[in-house]
Amino acid sequence: MRASEIRALFAVASRPEVVSLAGGMPYLEGLPLDVIGEMAQRVIATRGTTALQYGSGQGDETLREQILEVMRLERIEAHPDDVVVTTGSQQALDLVTRLFINPGDVVVAEAPSYVGALGVFRAYQADVVHVPLDQDGLVPEALEDALTALAREGRRVKFLYTVPNFHNPAGVSLSAARRPQILEIARRHGVLVLEDNPYGLLGFEGEPLPALRSLDEDGVIYLGSFSKTFAPGYRVGWAVAPHAIREKLVLASESAILCPSNASQLAISAYLATCDWRGQIKAFRELYRERRDAMVGALAEHLPRATWTVPDGGFYTWVRLPEGLDAKAMLPRAVTARVAYVPGTAFYADGQGSDHMRLSFCFPTPERIREGVRRLAGVISSESELVDLFGVAPGDGGTSIESPSPDLA
Amino acid sequence: MSPAPRIAVLAGGLSHERDVSLRSGRRVAEALRGVGIEVSVHDVDADLVPALTELRPDLVWPLLHGASGEDGSVRDVLELLGLPYLGTDPRASRIAWSKPGAKTVAESAGLVTPRFVTLPQSLFRDLGAGRVLDAITTHLGLPLVVKPAEGGSALGVSLVTRAEDLPRAMVECFAYGDTAMIETAVIGVELAVSVVDAGDGLVALPPVEIVTDGPYDYDARYNPGRTEYFTPARLTPEVTARVADTALRAHRALGLRHISRTDLIVDSAGTIHFLEVNVAPGMTETSLLPQAAEAAGYHLGDLYRRLVLAAVDSPSESR
Repeated sequence: MRASEIRALFAVASRPEVVSLAGGMPYLEGLPLDVIGEMAQRVIATRGTTALQYGSGQGDETLREQILEVMRLERIEAHPDDVVVTTGSQQALDLVTRLFINPGDVVVAEAPSYVGALGVFRAYQADVVHVPLDQDGLVPEALEDALTALAREGRRVKFLYTVPNFHNPAGVSLSAARRPQILEIARRHGVLVLEDNPYGLLGFEGEPLPALRSLDEDGVIYLGSFSKTFAPGYRVGWAVAPHAIREKLVLASESAILCPSNASQLAISAYLATCDWRGQIKAFRELYRERRDAMVGALAEHLPRATWTVPDGGFYTWVRLPEGLDAKAMLPRAVTARVAYVPGTAFYADGQGSDHMRLSFCFPTPERIREGVRRLAGVISSESELVDLFGVAPGDGGTSIESPSPDLA
Repeated sequence: MSPAPRIAVLAGGLSHERDVSLRSGRRVAEALRGVGIEVSVHDVDADLVPALTELRPDLVWPLLHGASGEDGSVRDVLELLGLPYLGTDPRASRIAWSKPGAKTVAESAGLVTPRFVTLPQSLFRDLGAGRVLDAITTHLGLPLVVKPAEGGSALGVSLVTRAEDLPRAMVECFAYGDTAMIETAVIGVELAVSVVDAGDGLVALPPVEIVTDGPYDYDARYNPGRTEYFTPARLTPEVTARVADTALRAHRALGLRHISRTDLIVDSAGTIHFLEVNVAPGMTETSLLPQAAEAAGYHLGDLYRRLVLAAVDSPSESR
């Protein structure tokens, strides 16, 4: 099966008849839309000539100060000058990659890794080397081995890309004990760390773990976002970078987009100033925890032959299919059964992952999640029968990176 | 009939080809609007019947690909609602939609079609997959083409050149449907011939020759650049005429109406092999019928308007 065939199949997933466990859209019905509406109106009415005007390439200064407050929850101490506001953290990812990567340079990333980052790395012709993760996140010994091997081969490793909290797609977090170890290894090998942290505040229990950036100011570029904790439609994210890099990020951003949207920044700034955003995040955490429970419960009930990660936060669980099944080859059957997921191959740059799928629990209600997993069980059972019948092993996923578009539920 | 009929385009649906259908529908709707025709576009969902009942369009143009859009069932509903539509009636759609069914009809009409077998998944289970696959390669030889017996856009289709690749091809095919058609792969010039009735009787548009780097699969079909098209095909006038005649004969033998596209291969001996026919040909920016129409000198909006007017004037027969 070819890659764009996969993407075409996702077209069906937006229909209400289909239970989509494929998307990554936050559940915005949890937001007080009336309050946010009034706030947006007030921003335009009182500060319209600023909100609708060009702004600073680095981003609105007040918002940058407020971002410090958000980051303090993960123990990051920074100065507003260190923050660059971007059009979603995805733009920051693009800018960092543009600054650092020449064709053939190596980016080290987790196995699996966020598909949207792999797409950016691919666009700049980086060579992605995957390093395994386990229940406690990226494995330090494996990172050490990979960096040593790459150095021996004379390869230029530009940065380590990592999603330390509630990983997309793996659902795991880098343990507190491993955080300093990973930083020490990267530092010793002269490799910058790109910490992508959209989900850090969406943990289901306990306090957020300290960000990697809180442990190392000079060796880490930190990416944050309001897309998961508030609303992705505003497209506001940010980067925190060491001084020399930050200046270049601002110039690169200006040449790409001139400046991030002032209207969006002022709206978010007003939201942070006047609404109980901490309470909102808490409400989201509870909502997503209930959905995680529904997902994990349904998996245990319906898919006894599969294994999966139990995330402590975020949006996703990572499911290993019963032996012999290929998630990509199975997708048409799932679509026929009115359920959608993302085949694991999307999350690797090298064709691995056909034995996994990513299931998201952020958007569908608990009831729909249970129904989706029930349908998936039927799909897996039929596909298992087929694979046993013909005795084939899962295929190589190819090297194209395909995932649903961001507006898929 | 008023000079500018109101048209309802159906696009989307829940088939594997939803994406293609949405794109076909948008293209046709825009082309018709460009020539001053009022068009509404509808998905196939719970809102469709009330919308059509209220709208009472002069003509429905189903641009649905795959499943209920092409197998005749949506057309059955249009007949139940008494709404005139563009294209083939439900009964003939049902036969054309089944690749083995269409091949059998084409063969009875004297057309040549690659040798084939049609096998449900259950048969492999009952008889043992290995034995059946061995019998297939022994009987039909290699290379083979494995396709779902129903379905379009080359979804689930594999070209198999080595016997050891056949099991995987079967698995990919059965992911799309319960019945597989396996046919001898004919090597030659791949052609698509569109047939339209735009008011002057049935006309075959110039054949489009398809040259791909690798198989003409889903990716090659819908990603500009992966496939090279020659329109009209690089054929002698004599072969071109026979190709056109073959498509017209297939269209008539299968009882199709208004519009169709027939896929053919001409081998090195000049024999024309019928592969399959589409009652709802793709109308996207990379699709074959629009390319053929432009090569024939048609302005797309004009052609679609003429198709619509001709269809409005030849109301569907009830069966």
